[in-house]
Amino acid sequence: MKYAGKKLVSMLVTLLIVSFLVFFAFAVIPGDAAVSKLGTQATPERIAALRAEMGLDRPFFVRYGDWLFSALRGDFGKSYSYGDSVSALIAQKLPITFALTLLSFLIMLVCAIPLGIYTAKHEGGMLDRIIMVVNQVIMAIPPFFSGIMITYLFGLILKWFQPGSFVSYTVSVGRFFHYLLFPAVAIAIPKAAMTVKLLRSSLLQEAKKDYVRTAYSKGNRTNGVLYRHVLKNAMIPVITFLAMTFTDMIAGSVIMEQVFSVAGMGRLLISSISSRDYPVVEAIIILLALIVVLANFAADLLCRVLDPRIRREV
Amino acid sequence: MSSILSVKDLNCFYKKESPGSMRRKRVQILHDVSFTMEQGEILGLVGESGSGKSTLAKAVLNMVPDKSGTIGCEDAYPQMVFQDPYGSLNPAKTIGWILEEPLKNRSRMPKEERRRNAAEMLSHVGLDEKFLERFPGELSGGQRQRVCIAAALMLRPKLLIADEPVSALDVTIQAQVLKLLFSLKQDFGLSILFISHDLRVVYQLCDRVMIMQGGRIVEMGRSDDIYFRPQHPYTKQLLDAAGIQAYGEK
Repeated sequence: MKYAGKKLVSMLVTLLIVSFLVFFAFAVIPGDAAVSKLGTQATPERIAALRAEMGLDRPFFVRYGDWLFSALRGDFGKSYSYGDSVSALIAQKLPITFALTLLSFLIMLVCAIPLGIYTAKHEGGMLDRIIMVVNQVIMAIPPFFSGIMITYLFGLILKWFQPGSFVSYTVSVGRFFHYLLFPAVAIAIPKAAMTVKLLRSSLLQEAKKDYVRTAYSKGNRTNGVLYRHVLKNAMIPVITFLAMTFTDMIAGSVIMEQVFSVAGMGRLLISSISSRDYPVVEAIIILLALIVVLANFAADLLCRVLDPRIRREV
Repeated sequence: MSSILSVKDLNCFYKKESPGSMRRKRVQILHDVSFTMEQGEILGLVGESGSGKSTLAKAVLNMVPDKSGTIGCEDAYPQMVFQDPYGSLNPAKTIGWILEEPLKNRSRMPKEERRRNAAEMLSHVGLDEKFLERFPGELSGGQRQRVCIAAALMLRPKLLIADEPVSALDVTIQAQVLKLLFSLKQDFGLSILFISHDLRVVYQLCDRVMIMQGGRIVEMGRSDDIYFRPQHPYTKQLLDAAGIQAYGEK
């Protein structure tokens, strides 16, 4: 319980720091919401008037404090450019991005775990070598490029989906997932390559340990040693990596939403940054930070279940 | 007395990565090893590191894939206690799980009986039943080696191979574990192949000794003969290095 309390405090502190940094960034970069709303041709008087109206003329810390207190009550303010409440805007877009991330994470796991186990089991074999070379190539491809290639291959040549024809889940769940499948694959592929590499090396390293020899002497065959002994221990570094990968994938979906024109949170974030719509940006960043922190927390808990050594150290 | 283990013309090979070449080289570890081990004896196996002692042990346990020659063992599942009690237990498993594993793999004993057997075996090696729920990380080196010995005895083997079972332990703990091994030998009617580089320990414990060098058995005989009347220059060299000067005086 002490552990959970400590974790909770550090989570809150992290979120507080992140929120402050984002607020601060908007205070120091040139231009603000009033300018971008009125355009560069507006008179200084009109800009000043709008600033006063929006409360932007108040000192930095007053604005931050004000925002923080309403945020704690769950009120993230109103979007400058859309006029809607920020919570409503995000509630609309979050499921899309979350579905995309989750889908790519699942695809990644389904590809990476069996391949990692296979390559470790057949280390040095023909297929292992081929997979490792292909892996190396895939890891070097930037995600937006794999996105473009997938759009070209599956969209324009094979015509498995029509690029740009994104359908929201509110219209049709089936078509929604059908469309998301392709950006999800684009996000998953480079991450899967990394996971295969990590899982393979983690398994091989674990397989060198003495308890593996003991396990063989106790009548286990290769599969018994692999699944009952090695896999659990080898998964510990992989899980920590997967948590980071999950958060990376959310960031990756921001880019993929652009490439595949998916109207998710990533698009909202980018358009809000360019229009200096800081209530929206602030809320999205906080949300992302929350997801990062929660993913790490989940990974931590999982490792503690798997590894009795970590469990005892608290 | 009948023999428990007879090894004839055993040759073992490993594949070794050689730098600069994609192909792996086949290296011979054991050369024409032959010996027999009598029932109930403690046979010492001495040699420097890399001489092939552990390979011989693994070959008897059928853990070396590339070998020729014959190994005749009276025991279907000879068991082994390894050198490093820290590394040789899976850190993620409880002691109870570790003790039950051999029974799971090689018998059809129901779960409750396995547990009861495990608890009983713990008392044989001088550990309390409450250790069943603990993890290896919570145990001291001596306790872990006791667990390793208990795990090796779960299938009631007739032949036990102890590969440097005490060399990773403190001197005081070493004596305790050796005493335990000796008393278990009496209780369970074990024959023990005792691998060590510590000539003093081997002399105290073993009925007969084999000296191994470069994958060959260079000398074999009763402990007294080996210690007081060594024939092979390598044996003399080993005794000298250990500071045992007694040979020739008697």
